Amino acid sequence: MTKLAQRRFKESAIRAFFFINGVLAILVLVGIFALLLYSSVPAFREIHIKEFFMSASWDPTSPVKAEYGILSMIVSTLMATAGALAIAIPVGLGVAAYLSDVAHWKIREIVKPIIEILAGIPSVVVGFLGITLFGPIIAKIFGVTNGLNAINGSILLAIMALPTIISISEDSLNAVPYSYYEGSLALGASRWQTLVRVKIPAALSGIIASFMLGMGRAIGETMTVLMATGNARAFPHGFLSSIRTMTANIAIELGEVPYFTTHYYALFAIGLVLFLMTFLVNLVADIILHKYQEREQ
Amino acid sequence: MKKKVIQFAGFFALRVCVYLVLAVLLLFLYDIGSKGGGAISWEFLTKAPHRGMTEGGIFPAIMGTFLVTIVTAALAIPLGMFAAIYLNEYAKQTNLTRIIRLCIRNLSGVPSIVYGLFGVILFVNILKFGTSILSAGLTLGLLTLPWTITASEEALKTVPNSYREGALALGATKWQSIRTNVLPYAFPGMLTGTILGLARAAGETAPIMFTGAAFYLPFLPKSLKDQFMALPYHLYIMATQHHDILKVRPLAYGTALVLICFVLGMNMIAVVIRYRLRKKRRG
Repeated sequence: MTKLAQRRFKESAIRAFFFINGVLAILVLVGIFALLLYSSVPAFREIHIKEFFMSASWDPTSPVKAEYGILSMIVSTLMATAGALAIAIPVGLGVAAYLSDVAHWKIREIVKPIIEILAGIPSVVVGFLGITLFGPIIAKIFGVTNGLNAINGSILLAIMALPTIISISEDSLNAVPYSYYEGSLALGASRWQTLVRVKIPAALSGIIASFMLGMGRAIGETMTVLMATGNARAFPHGFLSSIRTMTANIAIELGEVPYFTTHYYALFAIGLVLFLMTFLVNLVADIILHKYQEREQ
Repeated sequence: MKKKVIQFAGFFALRVCVYLVLAVLLLFLYDIGSKGGGAISWEFLTKAPHRGMTEGGIFPAIMGTFLVTIVTAALAIPLGMFAAIYLNEYAKQTNLTRIIRLCIRNLSGVPSIVYGLFGVILFVNILKFGTSILSAGLTLGLLTLPWTITASEEALKTVPNSYREGALALGATKWQSIRTNVLPYAFPGMLTGTILGLARAAGETAPIMFTGAAFYLPFLPKSLKDQFMALPYHLYIMATQHHDILKVRPLAYGTALVLICFVLGMNMIAVVIRYRLRKKRRG
């Protein structure tokens, strides 16, 4: 082999090596889906798919008849998520608008790292504070004996979703061309009117994408809801009732279940449903963000 | 006049949102700092728990989190950097590249407990690593991967193109130009992003619950195949699973404080590296 050919061979080998690492992301994502599917399928030898999704009673260890309905968990997850978004959307958008439009740059330089610290607090610590800090307060305000309920979970999930919503909303507000702002002011609008009627509508797709990414985080969050919502199996009757989300149910039961039983496989089936839900939400958010970026360019 | 009143009220409302978020964070840090500070002592940091975890310290949990973070780093740092080098230096704008990027973005949105389930199937069962430091660390490594790839790519993007072109013009091959001109410039930035990712992984609980973290171990792990205690899982146990939760509350607060210091400490290291880097670039 000549020296040149040797060099070429070496270069393409190196390139191939990096290529394999690049493709790894696809392998991991497909691998997660494939292995979850592979571990879920045996569950449906015994469970009817209709029962799985439409029944609200989950009692795999019942001595009489094991029941595998995840409807109340899905409703619980959606409830906690909806509650979280009801808090996080107005507050998050408010902070983002403040940072992009009102704050002096010095204040922005201080507030942004602080919000990064909030994002860095481990979820188990947030859940712990849900028990010790928010639980008693909620119990007092609403006059209930136990503060571990859907409201508590919603507040904590809102806190977890806020950094995502704030940073992506702020980015999209900042991406609105300055000429929009100037044009609006030149027409006699106040800064507030400009913000509400020009900038937010112009950045809307990015803002909505930030809400969806926050929603994805809230659906998939485990430790906070596991610790702070009480985990009752019953179908939730309102925001003051204790709920058990899909994530919490997996976390509670996977540790105790004997391997390779229907119950074990059913937990992976819940995981698969969870994966598909978050995948869909994130994918839609991604498409919205992408479209918006292309339009900007 | 009315316009001004509305604007004043509107901006005031935005400011309230900011104060609210800052108040929540301060409340968090104050609560944990004040109640956890009392629990911290030399014994708490260097001794194992004893008497049914109602006394003693959290040394095994600190060591466990430290060890598992090393395994996480061993997987996530090289793979993340290699993938980022491919995406930024080699990949062209093809459909495959777009799909890779889409997968990376989607991976960062996969719930942590789903990574836990994946770890149970792949590492614990299929590869037969059992519930161990190795399984838990690899699971966390995969979870960290999308963040390390993204952060490393950001760092590579800051390298001026003239660096690459200069090397190529002198007859260097592509790899030589990357190795001698691109990587030395980008490396500190890549490291910063990677450490931030590792800090987040160190605080995760759901992925390690079923892949290796143990309720209580009387000894330190001796090999990668052993189970381990970890700070986040220990806090979960002390907060919800212990037989006498109220009695061990101060210990739980202490654990929370140490965990936060561990995670925020890693963040600080990353920030310091970034700061030094910026200073060097300017000067």
